[in-house]
Amino acid sequence: MTQLLQVSQVTKRFGGLVAVNDVSFSVAEGEIVSVIGPNGAGKSTLFKVISSFLKPTAGEVRFRGERISGLAPHIVARKGVVRTFQETTIFRGMTVRDNVIIAHHLRSKANLAGFFVGSATARRDEAEFGRSADQILNFLDLGAIKNEVASTLPHGLLRALGIAIGLATDPTVLLLDEPFAGMNHAETKRAVELVRAVRERGVTVLLVEHDMVAVMRISDRIVVLNFGLKIAEGTPAEIQCNPKVIEAYLGSEDETIGLLP
Amino acid sequence: MSPTKKLAATAAFLASVLVAVPWAIAATGRNDLYYTLTSVALLSIASAGVWLTFYIGRINIGQGAYALIGGYTSAILVVDYGVSFWLTLPIAGLFCAAASVLIGLPILRLRGVYFAMVTLVLTEVARLLALALPITHGASGMVSIPAPGAIRLFGVTLVPDFATLQNPRLAFYIVSVVLMALCYAGLYRLVHSRMGRLCLSLQQNEELASSIGVNIAWLRVVAYAISSFLGGIGGAMFAAIAQSIYPSSFTVTDSVNFMLNCFLGGLGYVFGPMIGTFVLYFGWDFLFQTGEYQLLIYSSLLIALMLFLPNGLLSLRPAAKKRG
Repeated sequence: MTQLLQVSQVTKRFGGLVAVNDVSFSVAEGEIVSVIGPNGAGKSTLFKVISSFLKPTAGEVRFRGERISGLAPHIVARKGVVRTFQETTIFRGMTVRDNVIIAHHLRSKANLAGFFVGSATARRDEAEFGRSADQILNFLDLGAIKNEVASTLPHGLLRALGIAIGLATDPTVLLLDEPFAGMNHAETKRAVELVRAVRERGVTVLLVEHDMVAVMRISDRIVVLNFGLKIAEGTPAEIQCNPKVIEAYLGSEDETIGLLP
Repeated sequence: MSPTKKLAATAAFLASVLVAVPWAIAATGRNDLYYTLTSVALLSIASAGVWLTFYIGRINIGQGAYALIGGYTSAILVVDYGVSFWLTLPIAGLFCAAASVLIGLPILRLRGVYFAMVTLVLTEVARLLALALPITHGASGMVSIPAPGAIRLFGVTLVPDFATLQNPRLAFYIVSVVLMALCYAGLYRLVHSRMGRLCLSLQQNEELASSIGVNIAWLRVVAYAISSFLGGIGGAMFAAIAQSIYPSSFTVTDSVNFMLNCFLGGLGYVFGPMIGTFVLYFGWDFLFQTGEYQLLIYSSLLIALMLFLPNGLLSLRPAAKKRG
Protein backbone atom coordinates (compact mmCIF):
# COMPACT_ATOMS: atom_id res chain seq x y z
CA MET A 1 0.00 0.00 0.00
CA THR A 2 1.32 3.44 -0.88
CA GLN A 3 1.41 6.06 1.81
CA LEU A 4 -0.68 8.95 0.59
CA LEU A 5 -0.46 11.30 3.51
CA GLN A 6 2.41 11.43 5.96
CA VAL A 7 2.32 13.44 9.14
CA SER A 8 5.86 13.61 10.50
CA GLN A 9 6.76 14.93 13.93
CA VAL A 10 4.22 17.70 13.79
CA THR A 11 4.29 20.13 16.71
CA LYS A 12 2.04 23.15 17.08
CA ARG A 13 2.56 25.66 19.86
CA PHE A 14 0.30 28.58 20.76
CA GLY A 15 2.48 30.75 22.97
CA GLY A 16 3.35 28.51 25.90
CA LEU A 17 0.69 25.93 25.12
CA VAL A 18 1.74 22.88 23.15
CA ALA A 19 -1.46 21.84 21.40
CA VAL A 20 0.11 19.11 19.26
CA ASN A 21 3.37 17.54 20.35
CA ASP A 22 5.58 15.58 17.95
CA VAL A 23 2.78 13.57 16.30
CA SER A 24 3.57 11.21 13.42
CA PHE A 25 1.37 8.83 11.48
CA SER A 26 0.49 8.11 7.90
CA VAL A 27 -2.57 7.32 5.83
CA ALA A 28 -2.50 4.82 2.99
CA GLU A 29 -4.51 5.07 -0.20
CA GLY A 30 -8.12 3.93 0.20
CA GLU A 31 -8.02 3.83 4.00
CA ILE A 32 -10.38 5.33 6.54
CA VAL A 33 -8.25 6.63 9.40
CA SER A 34 -9.65 8.35 12.48
CA VAL A 35 -7.97 10.66 14.94
CA ILE A 36 -9.63 10.51 18.34
CA GLY A 37 -8.98 11.80 21.82
CA PRO A 38 -10.65 13.41 24.81
CA ASN A 39 -11.62 17.09 24.78
CA GLY A 40 -8.62 19.37 24.35
CA ALA A 41 -6.40 16.57 23.08
CA GLY A 42 -5.33 18.66 20.09
CA LYS A 43 -7.43 16.90 17.45
CA SER A 44 -8.80 20.02 15.85
CA THR A 45 -5.41 21.74 15.82
CA LEU A 46 -3.85 18.73 14.13
CA PHE A 47 -6.68 18.73 11.63
CA LYS A 48 -6.07 22.38 10.79
CA VAL A 49 -2.35 21.72 10.38
CA ILE A 50 -3.00 18.83 7.98
CA SER A 51 -5.40 20.94 5.88
CA SER A 52 -2.84 23.76 6.01
CA PHE A 53 -5.17 26.23 7.72
CA LEU A 54 -2.44 26.41 10.39
CA LYS A 55 1.33 26.24 9.96
CA PRO A 56 3.07 23.66 12.16
CA THR A 57 5.67 25.03 14.60
CA ALA A 58 7.85 22.04 13.76
CA GLY A 59 7.56 18.96 11.58
CA GLU A 60 5.74 18.64 8.28
CA VAL A 61 2.87 17.06 6.39
CA ARG A 62 3.57 15.36 3.09
CA PHE A 63 1.10 14.38 0.39
CA ARG A 64 2.42 11.87 -2.14
CA GLY A 65 5.89 12.67 -0.86
CA GLU A 66 5.49 16.38 -1.46
CA ARG A 67 5.53 18.80 1.45
CA ILE A 68 2.15 20.54 1.80
CA SER A 69 2.40 22.12 5.23
CA GLY A 70 2.89 25.87 4.94
CA LEU A 71 1.15 26.13 1.57
CA ALA A 72 -2.03 28.22 1.26
CA PRO A 73 -5.22 26.18 1.89
CA HIS A 74 -6.49 26.65 -1.67
CA ILE A 75 -3.25 25.23 -3.08
CA VAL A 76 -3.49 22.19 -0.80
CA ALA A 77 -7.09 21.76 -1.98
CA ARG A 78 -5.89 21.93 -5.60
CA LYS A 79 -3.44 19.14 -4.90
CA GLY A 80 -6.33 16.94 -3.72
CA VAL A 81 -6.41 17.29 0.07
CA VAL A 82 -9.79 18.82 0.89
CA ARG A 83 -11.34 19.46 4.28
CA THR A 84 -14.90 19.81 5.51
CA PHE A 85 -15.80 21.88 8.54
CA GLN A 86 -16.84 21.07 12.07
CA GLU A 87 -19.49 23.73 12.34
CA THR A 88 -22.10 23.81 9.68
CA THR A 89 -19.94 25.88 7.39
CA ILE A 90 -21.70 26.18 4.05
CA PHE A 91 -22.67 28.96 1.63
CA ARG A 92 -25.83 29.82 3.54
CA GLY A 93 -27.49 32.11 1.02
CA MET A 94 -27.19 29.73 -1.92
CA THR A 95 -29.37 26.78 -2.82
CA VAL A 96 -28.11 23.29 -2.05
CA ARG A 97 -27.39 22.71 -5.73
CA ASP A 98 -25.51 26.00 -6.11
CA ASN A 99 -23.41 25.11 -3.08
CA VAL A 100 -22.28 21.95 -4.83
CA ILE A 101 -21.89 23.58 -8.25
CA ILE A 102 -19.60 26.30 -6.93
CA ALA A 103 -17.49 23.63 -5.24
CA HIS A 104 -16.68 22.30 -8.71
CA HIS A 105 -14.45 25.34 -9.13
CA LEU A 106 -11.29 23.21 -9.13
CA ARG A 107 -12.49 21.15 -12.04
CA SER A 108 -13.11 24.05 -14.41
CA LYS A 109 -11.10 23.98 -17.60
CA ALA A 110 -12.09 27.45 -18.74
CA ASN A 111 -10.60 30.50 -17.02
CA LEU A 112 -12.60 33.38 -15.57
CA ALA A 113 -12.34 35.39 -18.79
CA GLY A 114 -13.76 32.39 -20.65
CA PHE A 115 -16.70 32.32 -18.27
CA PHE A 116 -17.14 36.07 -18.69
CA VAL A 117 -17.50 35.90 -22.48
CA GLY A 118 -19.29 32.55 -22.33
CA SER A 119 -16.77 30.53 -24.37
CA ALA A 120 -17.56 27.00 -25.55
CA THR A 121 -15.28 25.48 -22.88
CA ALA A 122 -17.01 27.53 -20.21
CA ARG A 123 -20.46 26.42 -21.35
CA ARG A 124 -19.31 22.80 -21.41
CA ASP A 125 -17.93 23.25 -17.90
CA GLU A 126 -21.21 24.71 -16.62
CA ALA A 127 -23.23 21.87 -18.09
CA GLU A 128 -20.80 19.30 -16.73
CA PHE A 129 -20.83 20.87 -13.24
CA GLY A 130 -24.64 20.80 -13.18
CA ARG A 131 -24.71 17.12 -14.11
CA SER A 132 -22.00 16.22 -11.64
CA ALA A 133 -23.69 18.22 -8.85
CA ASP A 134 -26.97 16.38 -9.45
CA GLN A 135 -25.14 13.09 -9.38
CA ILE A 136 -23.40 13.88 -6.08
CA LEU A 137 -26.64 15.12 -4.54
CA ASN A 138 -28.48 11.97 -5.54
CA PHE A 139 -25.60 9.90 -4.22
CA LEU A 140 -25.96 11.57 -0.82
CA ASP A 141 -29.79 11.45 -0.91
CA LEU A 142 -30.02 15.23 -1.14
CA GLY A 143 -31.64 15.27 -4.58
CA ALA A 144 -35.09 16.05 -3.24
CA ILE A 145 -33.99 19.26 -1.52
CA LYS A 146 -31.51 20.54 -4.09
CA ASN A 147 -33.43 23.76 -4.71
CA GLU A 148 -33.84 24.69 -1.05
CA VAL A 149 -31.77 27.57 0.30
CA ALA A 150 -29.04 26.02 2.43
CA SER A 151 -29.70 28.15 5.53
CA THR A 152 -33.14 26.52 5.94
CA LEU A 153 -31.83 22.95 6.23
CA PRO A 154 -31.77 20.93 9.47
CA HIS A 155 -28.48 19.94 11.08
CA GLY A 156 -28.07 16.42 9.68
CA LEU A 157 -28.67 17.48 6.10
CA LEU A 158 -26.19 20.33 6.45
CA ARG A 159 -23.52 17.84 7.44
CA ALA A 160 -24.30 15.81 4.33
CA LEU A 161 -24.17 18.99 2.27
CA GLY A 162 -20.73 19.69 3.72
CA ILE A 163 -19.59 16.29 2.49
CA ALA A 164 -21.21 16.94 -0.90
CA ILE A 165 -19.22 20.19 -1.17
CA GLY A 166 -16.06 18.27 -0.32
CA LEU A 167 -16.80 15.56 -2.88
CA ALA A 168 -17.49 18.11 -5.59
CA THR A 169 -13.85 19.19 -5.52
CA ASP A 170 -12.91 15.65 -6.61
CA PRO A 171 -10.55 15.08 -3.68
CA THR A 172 -7.93 12.37 -3.27
CA VAL A 173 -8.05 12.70 0.50
CA LEU A 174 -11.16 14.03 2.23
CA LEU A 175 -10.58 15.39 5.73
CA LEU A 176 -13.78 15.23 7.76
CA ASP A 177 -13.96 17.36 10.91
CA GLU A 178 -16.24 15.63 13.44
CA PRO A 179 -18.74 14.32 10.87
CA PHE A 180 -20.90 12.66 13.52
CA ALA A 181 -20.99 15.44 16.15
CA GLY A 182 -24.44 16.27 17.45
CA MET A 183 -26.12 13.41 15.61
CA ASN A 184 -28.55 10.94 17.13
CA HIS A 185 -28.17 7.20 16.79
CA ALA A 186 -30.06 6.85 13.51
CA GLU A 187 -28.34 9.84 11.93
CA THR A 188 -24.93 8.53 12.95
CA LYS A 189 -25.70 5.15 11.44
CA ARG A 190 -26.63 6.77 8.17
CA ALA A 191 -23.56 9.02 8.23
CA VAL A 192 -21.27 6.03 8.84
CA GLU A 193 -22.69 4.35 5.76
CA LEU A 194 -22.21 7.56 3.86
CA VAL A 195 -18.53 7.81 4.76
CA ARG A 196 -18.09 4.19 3.69
CA ALA A 197 -19.77 4.99 0.39
CA VAL A 198 -17.39 7.92 -0.08
CA ARG A 199 -14.49 5.53 0.33
CA GLU A 200 -16.07 3.21 -2.24
CA ARG A 201 -15.75 6.08 -4.69
CA GLY A 202 -11.99 5.80 -4.28
CA VAL A 203 -11.58 8.66 -1.83
CA THR A 204 -9.23 8.23 1.12
CA VAL A 205 -10.79 9.51 4.34
CA LEU A 206 -9.13 10.98 7.40
CA LEU A 207 -11.56 11.99 10.10
CA VAL A 208 -11.34 13.64 13.47
CA GLU A 209 -14.08 12.48 15.77
CA HIS A 210 -15.49 12.39 19.26
CA ASP A 211 -18.09 9.68 18.83
CA MET A 212 -16.18 6.51 19.76
CA VAL A 213 -18.91 4.10 18.75
CA ALA A 214 -19.02 5.44 15.22
CA VAL A 215 -15.24 5.55 14.99
CA MET A 216 -14.90 1.93 16.08
CA ARG A 217 -17.40 0.91 13.48
CA ILE A 218 -15.94 2.79 10.55
CA SER A 219 -12.15 3.03 10.85
CA ASP A 220 -9.47 0.83 9.37
CA ARG A 221 -7.00 2.40 11.76
CA ILE A 222 -7.25 4.80 14.67
CA VAL A 223 -4.78 7.34 16.04
CA VAL A 224 -5.37 8.37 19.67
CA LEU A 225 -4.24 11.74 20.98
CA ASN A 226 -4.10 12.92 24.57
CA PHE A 227 -2.70 16.27 25.71
CA GLY A 228 -1.26 16.75 22.23
CA LEU A 229 0.70 13.50 22.25
CA LYS A 230 0.00 10.39 20.22
CA ILE A 231 -0.61 7.69 22.80
CA ALA A 232 -1.72 4.85 20.56
CA GLU A 233 -2.25 3.78 16.96
CA GLY A 234 -3.84 0.62 15.62
CA THR A 235 -6.94 -1.18 14.45
CA PRO A 236 -10.20 -0.63 16.34
CA ALA A 237 -9.73 -3.98 18.10
CA GLU A 238 -6.22 -3.04 19.23
CA ILE A 239 -7.30 0.39 20.40
CA GLN A 240 -10.20 -0.98 22.43
CA CYS A 241 -7.93 -2.98 24.71
CA ASN A 242 -4.98 -0.59 24.79
CA PRO A 243 -4.40 0.25 28.48
CA LYS A 244 -3.16 3.77 27.70
CA VAL A 245 -6.35 4.57 25.82
CA ILE A 246 -8.50 3.17 28.58
CA GLU A 247 -6.58 5.27 31.07
CA ALA A 248 -7.01 8.42 28.99
CA TYR A 249 -10.71 7.83 28.87
CA LEU A 250 -10.86 6.63 32.50
CA GLY A 251 -14.00 7.72 34.21
CA SER A 252 -15.98 7.46 30.99
CA GLU A 253 -18.77 4.94 30.73
CA ASP A 254 -17.63 1.77 28.99
CA GLU A 255 -20.21 2.36 26.33
CA THR A 256 -18.72 5.70 25.26
CA ILE A 257 -15.39 4.10 24.43
CA GLY A 258 -17.15 1.41 22.47
CA LEU A 259 -16.31 -1.44 24.82
CA LEU A 260 -19.93 -2.46 24.83
CA PRO A 261 -21.94 -2.85 21.66
CA MET B 1 -34.77 36.24 -17.76
CA SER B 2 -34.71 34.81 -21.24
CA PRO B 3 -32.18 36.23 -23.73
CA THR B 4 -34.93 37.87 -25.81
CA LYS B 5 -36.41 39.54 -22.75
CA LYS B 6 -32.97 40.73 -21.70
CA LEU B 7 -32.33 42.17 -25.14
CA ALA B 8 -35.73 43.89 -25.15
CA ALA B 9 -35.14 45.38 -21.70
CA THR B 10 -31.71 46.65 -22.75
CA ALA B 11 -33.08 48.17 -25.94
CA ALA B 12 -35.95 49.83 -24.05
CA PHE B 13 -33.53 51.25 -21.50
CA LEU B 14 -31.15 52.60 -24.15
CA ALA B 15 -34.02 54.06 -26.18
CA SER B 16 -35.41 55.86 -23.16
CA VAL B 17 -32.11 57.36 -21.98
CA LEU B 18 -30.65 58.13 -25.41
CA VAL B 19 -33.80 59.23 -27.27
CA ALA B 20 -36.74 59.83 -24.95
CA VAL B 21 -34.87 61.84 -22.31
CA PRO B 22 -33.15 64.24 -24.77
CA TRP B 23 -36.47 64.66 -26.56
CA ALA B 24 -38.33 65.43 -23.34
CA ILE B 25 -35.62 67.90 -22.31
CA ALA B 26 -35.77 69.63 -25.68
CA ALA B 27 -39.57 69.81 -25.44
CA THR B 28 -39.56 71.30 -21.94
CA GLY B 29 -36.42 73.39 -22.34
CA ARG B 30 -35.01 72.08 -19.05
CA ASN B 31 -31.40 72.03 -20.25
CA ASP B 32 -30.14 72.03 -16.66
CA LEU B 33 -31.40 68.48 -16.26
CA TYR B 34 -28.57 67.30 -18.52
CA TYR B 35 -26.04 68.21 -15.88
CA THR B 36 -28.04 66.46 -13.16
CA LEU B 37 -28.56 63.29 -15.19
CA THR B 38 -24.93 63.23 -16.31
CA SER B 39 -23.89 63.42 -12.67
CA VAL B 40 -26.23 60.57 -11.80
CA ALA B 41 -24.76 58.44 -14.59
CA LEU B 42 -21.17 59.07 -13.49
CA LEU B 43 -21.84 58.68 -9.78
CA SER B 44 -23.62 55.42 -10.49
CA ILE B 45 -20.51 54.12 -12.29
CA ALA B 46 -18.44 54.77 -9.17
CA SER B 47 -21.23 53.28 -7.03
CA ALA B 48 -21.20 50.14 -9.18
CA GLY B 49 -17.60 49.66 -8.10
CA VAL B 50 -18.55 49.98 -4.44
CA TRP B 51 -21.33 47.48 -5.02
CA LEU B 52 -18.83 44.93 -6.32
CA THR B 53 -16.76 45.23 -3.14
CA PHE B 54 -19.96 44.69 -1.17
CA TYR B 55 -20.48 41.59 -3.28
CA ILE B 56 -17.24 40.07 -1.99
CA GLY B 57 -18.31 40.93 1.55
CA ARG B 58 -16.40 44.17 2.13
CA ILE B 59 -17.86 47.53 3.17
CA ASN B 60 -16.06 50.05 0.99
CA ILE B 61 -16.21 53.70 2.10
CA GLY B 62 -13.18 54.72 0.07
CA GLN B 63 -14.41 55.09 -3.49
CA GLY B 64 -14.02 58.88 -3.27
CA ALA B 65 -10.25 58.34 -3.15
CA TYR B 66 -10.24 56.54 -6.48
CA ALA B 67 -12.62 59.04 -8.07
CA LEU B 68 -10.21 61.77 -6.98
CA ILE B 69 -7.14 59.87 -8.22
CA GLY B 70 -8.89 59.16 -11.54
CA GLY B 71 -9.92 62.79 -11.94
CA TYR B 72 -6.40 64.06 -11.27
CA THR B 73 -4.75 61.44 -13.48
CA SER B 74 -6.87 62.50 -16.43
CA ALA B 75 -6.58 66.23 -15.71
CA ILE B 76 -2.79 66.15 -15.28
CA LEU B 77 -2.30 64.14 -18.47
CA VAL B 78 -4.57 66.44 -20.47
CA VAL B 79 -3.31 69.79 -19.10
CA ASP B 80 0.37 69.15 -18.42
CA TYR B 81 1.17 66.53 -21.04
CA GLY B 82 -1.35 67.30 -23.77
CA VAL B 83 -2.67 63.75 -23.97
CA SER B 84 -6.08 63.30 -25.60
CA PHE B 85 -8.84 63.04 -23.00
CA TRP B 86 -10.21 59.86 -24.56
CA LEU B 87 -6.87 58.18 -23.98
CA THR B 88 -6.65 59.43 -20.40
CA LEU B 89 -10.02 57.91 -19.53
CA PRO B 90 -8.85 54.26 -19.63
CA ILE B 91 -5.43 55.30 -18.27
CA ALA B 92 -7.12 56.89 -15.24
CA GLY B 93 -9.10 53.71 -14.67
CA LEU B 94 -6.04 51.48 -15.01
CA PHE B 95 -3.95 53.75 -12.80
CA CYS B 96 -6.60 53.51 -10.08
CA ALA B 97 -6.78 49.74 -10.51
CA ALA B 98 -2.99 49.49 -10.15
CA ALA B 99 -3.03 51.72 -7.07
CA SER B 100 -5.83 49.66 -5.57
CA VAL B 101 -3.85 46.45 -6.01
CA LEU B 102 -1.02 47.94 -3.94
CA ILE B 103 -3.43 49.31 -1.34
CA GLY B 104 -5.71 46.28 -1.43
CA LEU B 105 -3.07 43.60 -0.90
CA PRO B 106 -2.57 44.52 2.75
CA ILE B 107 -5.98 45.95 3.66
CA LEU B 108 -8.21 43.32 2.02
CA ARG B 109 -7.11 40.90 4.70
CA LEU B 110 -9.26 42.93 7.07
CA ARG B 111 -12.96 42.22 7.34
CA GLY B 112 -16.10 43.95 8.50
CA VAL B 113 -15.81 47.24 10.31
CA TYR B 114 -11.99 47.17 10.22
CA PHE B 115 -11.87 47.22 6.44
CA ALA B 116 -14.56 49.90 6.41
CA MET B 117 -12.55 52.14 8.77
CA VAL B 118 -9.38 51.84 6.69
CA THR B 119 -11.19 52.68 3.46
CA LEU B 120 -12.83 55.65 5.17
CA VAL B 121 -9.36 57.02 5.85
CA LEU B 122 -8.29 56.45 2.21
CA THR B 123 -10.45 59.30 0.91
CA GLU B 124 -8.93 61.69 3.42
CA VAL B 125 -5.43 60.50 2.53
CA ALA B 126 -6.15 61.09 -1.15
CA ARG B 127 -7.41 64.62 -0.41
CA LEU B 128 -4.31 65.44 1.65
CA LEU B 129 -2.05 64.01 -1.05
CA ALA B 130 -3.76 66.18 -3.65
CA LEU B 131 -3.09 69.18 -1.40
CA ALA B 132 0.55 68.33 -0.78
CA LEU B 133 1.94 66.88 -4.01
CA PRO B 134 3.50 69.38 -6.45
CA ILE B 135 2.08 67.54 -9.48
CA THR B 136 -1.54 68.19 -8.41
CA HIS B 137 -1.07 72.00 -8.17
CA GLY B 138 -2.11 72.13 -4.49
CA ALA B 139 -5.20 73.73 -2.99
CA SER B 140 -6.05 75.82 -6.05
CA GLY B 141 -6.63 72.59 -7.97
CA MET B 142 -6.68 72.47 -11.75
CA VAL B 143 -9.06 74.69 -13.66
CA SER B 144 -9.87 75.34 -17.31
CA ILE B 145 -9.21 71.77 -18.33
CA PRO B 146 -9.77 71.76 -22.11
CA ALA B 147 -12.90 69.96 -23.33
CA PRO B 148 -12.39 66.50 -24.83
CA GLY B 149 -11.03 66.70 -28.36
CA ALA B 150 -12.13 64.86 -31.46
CA ILE B 151 -11.55 61.17 -32.15
CA ARG B 152 -10.51 60.60 -35.74
CA LEU B 153 -9.86 57.25 -37.30
CA PHE B 154 -8.49 57.10 -40.87
CA GLY B 155 -9.59 60.69 -41.42
CA VAL B 156 -13.17 60.00 -40.34
CA THR B 157 -14.37 62.00 -37.34
CA LEU B 158 -15.97 59.52 -34.96
CA VAL B 159 -16.45 61.95 -32.09
CA PRO B 160 -16.34 65.70 -32.76
CA ASP B 161 -14.28 68.12 -30.69
CA PHE B 162 -16.47 69.00 -27.68
CA ALA B 163 -15.29 72.63 -27.76
CA THR B 164 -16.91 73.13 -31.17
CA LEU B 165 -20.26 71.65 -30.18
CA GLN B 166 -23.39 73.75 -29.91
CA ASN B 167 -24.70 71.72 -27.01
CA PRO B 168 -21.76 70.12 -25.17
CA ARG B 169 -24.09 69.24 -22.30
CA LEU B 170 -25.98 66.84 -24.53
CA ALA B 171 -22.69 65.34 -25.74
CA PHE B 172 -21.44 64.82 -22.18
CA TYR B 173 -24.77 63.31 -21.26
CA ILE B 174 -24.65 60.84 -24.14
CA VAL B 175 -21.05 59.85 -23.41
CA SER B 176 -21.75 59.37 -19.71
CA VAL B 177 -24.90 57.34 -20.27
CA VAL B 178 -23.15 55.12 -22.79
CA LEU B 179 -20.28 54.62 -20.33
CA MET B 180 -22.78 53.76 -17.61
CA ALA B 181 -24.59 51.27 -19.86
CA LEU B 182 -21.29 49.60 -20.78
CA CYS B 183 -20.20 49.44 -17.17
CA TYR B 184 -23.45 47.91 -15.97
CA ALA B 185 -23.60 45.46 -18.86
CA GLY B 186 -20.08 44.33 -17.95
CA LEU B 187 -20.94 44.11 -14.27
CA TYR B 188 -24.11 42.15 -15.00
CA ARG B 189 -22.19 39.68 -17.12
CA LEU B 190 -19.47 39.39 -14.47
CA VAL B 191 -21.92 38.71 -11.66
CA HIS B 192 -23.83 36.15 -13.70
CA SER B 193 -20.70 34.33 -14.82
CA ARG B 194 -18.58 32.07 -12.67
CA MET B 195 -16.65 35.02 -11.27
CA GLY B 196 -19.87 36.30 -9.68
CA ARG B 197 -20.51 32.95 -8.05
CA LEU B 198 -16.97 32.91 -6.70
CA CYS B 199 -17.40 36.46 -5.35
CA LEU B 200 -20.59 35.33 -3.67
CA SER B 201 -18.81 32.35 -2.14
CA LEU B 202 -16.27 34.81 -0.74
CA GLN B 203 -19.04 36.96 0.67
CA GLN B 204 -20.67 34.02 2.41
CA ASN B 205 -17.68 32.12 3.76
CA GLU B 206 -14.05 32.81 2.94
CA GLU B 207 -12.73 29.78 4.81
CA LEU B 208 -14.97 27.38 2.95
CA ALA B 209 -14.18 29.13 -0.33
CA SER B 210 -10.46 28.59 0.17
CA SER B 211 -11.04 24.97 1.18
CA ILE B 212 -12.72 24.30 -2.18
CA GLY B 213 -9.67 25.72 -3.90
CA VAL B 214 -10.61 29.36 -4.47
CA ASN B 215 -7.62 31.68 -4.31
CA ILE B 216 -9.42 34.12 -2.07
CA ALA B 217 -6.58 36.64 -1.77
CA TRP B 218 -6.29 36.93 -5.55
CA LEU B 219 -10.04 37.14 -6.13
CA ARG B 220 -10.44 39.86 -3.50
CA VAL B 221 -7.74 41.96 -5.14
CA VAL B 222 -9.21 41.47 -8.63
CA ALA B 223 -12.69 42.51 -7.46
CA TYR B 224 -11.25 45.52 -5.64
CA ALA B 225 -9.21 46.52 -8.71
CA ILE B 226 -12.32 46.40 -10.92
CA SER B 227 -14.15 48.44 -8.31
CA SER B 228 -11.41 51.08 -8.27
CA PHE B 229 -11.18 51.07 -12.06
CA LEU B 230 -14.84 52.11 -12.16
CA GLY B 231 -14.19 54.79 -9.52
CA GLY B 232 -11.32 56.16 -11.60
CA ILE B 233 -13.37 56.25 -14.81
CA GLY B 234 -16.20 58.05 -13.05
CA GLY B 235 -13.83 60.59 -11.52
CA ALA B 236 -11.97 61.25 -14.79
CA MET B 237 -15.21 61.88 -16.67
CA PHE B 238 -16.40 64.16 -13.88
CA ALA B 239 -13.26 66.27 -14.07
CA ALA B 240 -13.71 66.59 -17.83
CA ILE B 241 -17.29 67.79 -17.50
CA ALA B 242 -16.64 70.20 -14.65
CA GLN B 243 -13.43 71.21 -16.52
CA SER B 244 -11.82 71.44 -13.12
CA ILE B 245 -10.70 69.33 -10.20
CA TYR B 246 -9.84 70.28 -6.63
CA PRO B 247 -8.60 68.29 -3.63
CA SER B 248 -12.14 68.66 -2.29
CA SER B 249 -13.87 67.47 -5.49
CA PHE B 250 -14.46 64.08 -3.85
CA THR B 251 -14.59 64.01 -0.08
CA VAL B 252 -15.54 61.53 2.62
CA THR B 253 -19.17 62.59 2.11
CA ASP B 254 -18.99 61.39 -1.49
CA SER B 255 -17.47 58.09 -0.39
CA VAL B 256 -20.31 57.64 2.06
CA ASN B 257 -22.83 58.54 -0.63
CA PHE B 258 -21.42 55.93 -3.02
CA MET B 259 -22.00 53.37 -0.29
CA LEU B 260 -25.49 54.68 0.50
CA ASN B 261 -26.43 54.42 -3.18
CA CYS B 262 -25.69 50.71 -3.01
CA PHE B 263 -27.62 50.22 0.22
CA LEU B 264 -30.60 52.14 -1.07
CA GLY B 265 -30.82 50.33 -4.39
CA GLY B 266 -30.17 46.91 -2.96
CA LEU B 267 -26.98 44.96 -2.36
CA GLY B 268 -28.40 41.85 -3.97
CA TYR B 269 -29.12 43.45 -7.33
CA VAL B 270 -26.64 44.48 -9.99
CA PHE B 271 -28.77 47.48 -10.95
CA GLY B 272 -29.26 48.45 -7.31
CA PRO B 273 -26.55 51.13 -7.26
CA MET B 274 -27.91 52.72 -10.46
CA ILE B 275 -31.42 53.05 -9.02
CA GLY B 276 -29.99 54.08 -5.66
CA THR B 277 -27.88 56.87 -7.16
CA PHE B 278 -30.82 58.16 -9.19
CA VAL B 279 -33.25 58.21 -6.26
CA LEU B 280 -30.74 59.59 -3.78
CA TYR B 281 -29.54 62.37 -6.08
CA PHE B 282 -33.01 63.48 -7.14
CA GLY B 283 -34.42 62.93 -3.66
CA TRP B 284 -31.83 65.30 -2.20
CA ASP B 285 -32.53 67.91 -4.89
CA PHE B 286 -36.25 67.54 -4.46
CA LEU B 287 -36.00 68.08 -0.71
CA PHE B 288 -34.21 71.37 -1.38
CA GLN B 289 -37.60 73.06 -1.22
CA THR B 290 -37.89 72.15 2.46
CA GLY B 291 -35.06 74.57 3.23
CA GLU B 292 -33.46 74.14 6.63
CA TYR B 293 -35.25 70.84 7.17
CA GLN B 294 -33.65 69.26 4.09
CA LEU B 295 -31.03 67.22 5.92
CA LEU B 296 -33.39 66.23 8.73
CA ILE B 297 -36.07 64.86 6.39
CA TYR B 298 -33.45 63.29 4.13
CA SER B 299 -31.71 61.38 6.90
CA SER B 300 -34.99 60.33 8.55
CA LEU B 301 -36.18 58.92 5.24
CA LEU B 302 -32.92 57.04 4.77
CA ILE B 303 -33.14 55.51 8.24
CA ALA B 304 -36.75 54.50 7.62
CA LEU B 305 -35.86 52.97 4.26
CA MET B 306 -33.06 50.90 5.75
CA LEU B 307 -35.35 49.72 8.54
CA PHE B 308 -38.26 48.74 6.36
CA LEU B 309 -36.48 47.83 3.12
CA PRO B 310 -33.21 46.26 4.26
CA ASN B 311 -32.76 44.65 0.85
CA GLY B 312 -33.08 47.93 -0.99
CA LEU B 313 -35.57 49.55 -3.31
CA LEU B 314 -35.30 46.82 -5.92
CA SER B 315 -36.72 44.28 -3.46
CA LEU B 316 -40.04 46.08 -4.07
CA ARG B 317 -40.27 44.72 -7.60
CA PRO B 318 -43.34 42.50 -7.78
CA ALA B 319 -41.41 39.62 -9.30
CA ALA B 320 -38.34 40.31 -7.19
CA LYS B 321 -36.17 37.27 -7.39
CA LYS B 322 -33.24 36.92 -5.08
CA ARG B 323 -30.00 37.98 -6.73
CA GLY B 324 -32.01 38.86 -9.82
